[in-house]
Amino acid sequence: MENTKNLPVGYNQPATGTSLIEFKNVYKSYGSNKVLNGISFTVKRGENLVILGKSGSGKSVAVKCLVGLTKVDKGEIFISGKDITKLNEEELNRIRMKIGFLFQNGALYDSMTVRENLIFTLQHNHKNLTEHEMESAVKEALQNVGLEEAIDQLPAELSGGMRKRIGLARALIIKPEIIIYDEPTGGLDTITAREIIELIRNIKLKYNTSSIIITHDLTCAKYTGDRIIVLKDGIIKAEGSYKEIENNADDWVKSFFEK
Amino acid sequence: MEIYLKKSFSIVGNIALFSGRFFKGIFKPGFEWKEFTRQCFVVGYQSLALVTITGFIMGLVLTIQSRPAMARFGAESMIPGMVSLSLIREIAPVITALICAGRVSSGIGAELGSMKVTEQIDAMEVSAINPYRYLVVTRTLATTLMIPILVLYADLIGIMGGFIGINMHGESNIAHYFSNIFESLEYTDILPAIIKTFFFGFFIGIIGCYEGFNASGGTKSVGKAANSAVVLASLMIFIIDLIAVQVTDLFFEL
Repeated sequence: MENTKNLPVGYNQPATGTSLIEFKNVYKSYGSNKVLNGISFTVKRGENLVILGKSGSGKSVAVKCLVGLTKVDKGEIFISGKDITKLNEEELNRIRMKIGFLFQNGALYDSMTVRENLIFTLQHNHKNLTEHEMESAVKEALQNVGLEEAIDQLPAELSGGMRKRIGLARALIIKPEIIIYDEPTGGLDTITAREIIELIRNIKLKYNTSSIIITHDLTCAKYTGDRIIVLKDGIIKAEGSYKEIENNADDWVKSFFEK
Repeated sequence: MEIYLKKSFSIVGNIALFSGRFFKGIFKPGFEWKEFTRQCFVVGYQSLALVTITGFIMGLVLTIQSRPAMARFGAESMIPGMVSLSLIREIAPVITALICAGRVSSGIGAELGSMKVTEQIDAMEVSAINPYRYLVVTRTLATTLMIPILVLYADLIGIMGGFIGINMHGESNIAHYFSNIFESLEYTDILPAIIKTFFFGFFIGIIGCYEGFNASGGTKSVGKAANSAVVLASLMIFIIDLIAVQVTDLFFEL
């Protein structure tokens, strides 16, 4: 991805605030397949954490545990000091309202237009908003991703990159404290991937959100992450800045950077 | 054989649990009226053409087929009563339900299955929207209410088909035809038949939703969900019909 050269690596401003997200010895298995093997890490307020790993390393399962889509076998996950593994559905939903999630393929609702996709969450969880306020929120979210003209289109009429941008707009419309990006550059061409990387950086600068970015794309990890953890078979193999990970002595971590 | 039985019991148990969540979901505040109305339109209005054609053909064919046998016993005048009884008690409810199992249950299975594999259901859950209440409660309630209405409509269209059938070999006026029908009908013929259609509707909806929600492993599972929904719902219709006839016999002595 040559044209990312002019972007600064990470943000050079390590977050020093309190922990917003904390994983404590989290275990998850599917049958005999141990997907998460006691992982522990934190994400500070205003920090972008990249979880880097090959397919099947457990990175997607980790974020699914974080939003309560998958129940952990053992361990604790704290968001704003609350252990989400012990919350009931209603309490968990209150936490979920602070989280925006960008799915790998956008996961836009097929039967709804872009406007309906964006307004759907507001209609359900922000019922105090007027119709006018909701429309303004939709316009602002679409402006953030540069796709105002797609407002009346159906997801089937959008390209892969556009779907991801609309997915991001849907995540942003609730003004989240935390954004989770699942393979944000996966399946995209270099130019579109760069645009998504820039979007991730701009969103952090504009809204000071904390983010977890799941990826196996080194370029994405390099330019979006303040800190990186490398997962292998559900275990954290390395943790640090991009430079520290790149110079890690572990053979497996090194092999990750070999072209 | 043991594995097959285990699997069957496991499906029955899972559908029972899934249905339990449906009843819990109905009584929670914040019912999704807009989606429910849309589903009533999809299930009811969009099935009208199919039910009209099949209902008409059922009545017409039944009349034509039964004429020779009835004529042999000199009982041609009883054809309207016999046809309407057969239609109302058994043929219209079962055939309409089977058609809706094919059209509606498979549609729901495919739609929700596709939403499941493309993570749209997860997206809903992550957005703090209960996908069960938005998708399952609305669809199942729509089928539970619309199938009985479609069956009543099929009864009427079938009876009209019967009138055409009678007039193909003779002459009968509509007033005489209907008076003949009303003479042979009792409320015990209509009530149990209507009650069982609510159960048909419920299972058409809940099985479609269950199969869709349990789709996993890519687009192949979407087809499988649609297929399994039709097979299971059709089988369920026959099982309910069998139970309904026994219960009706118990209370109304058929």
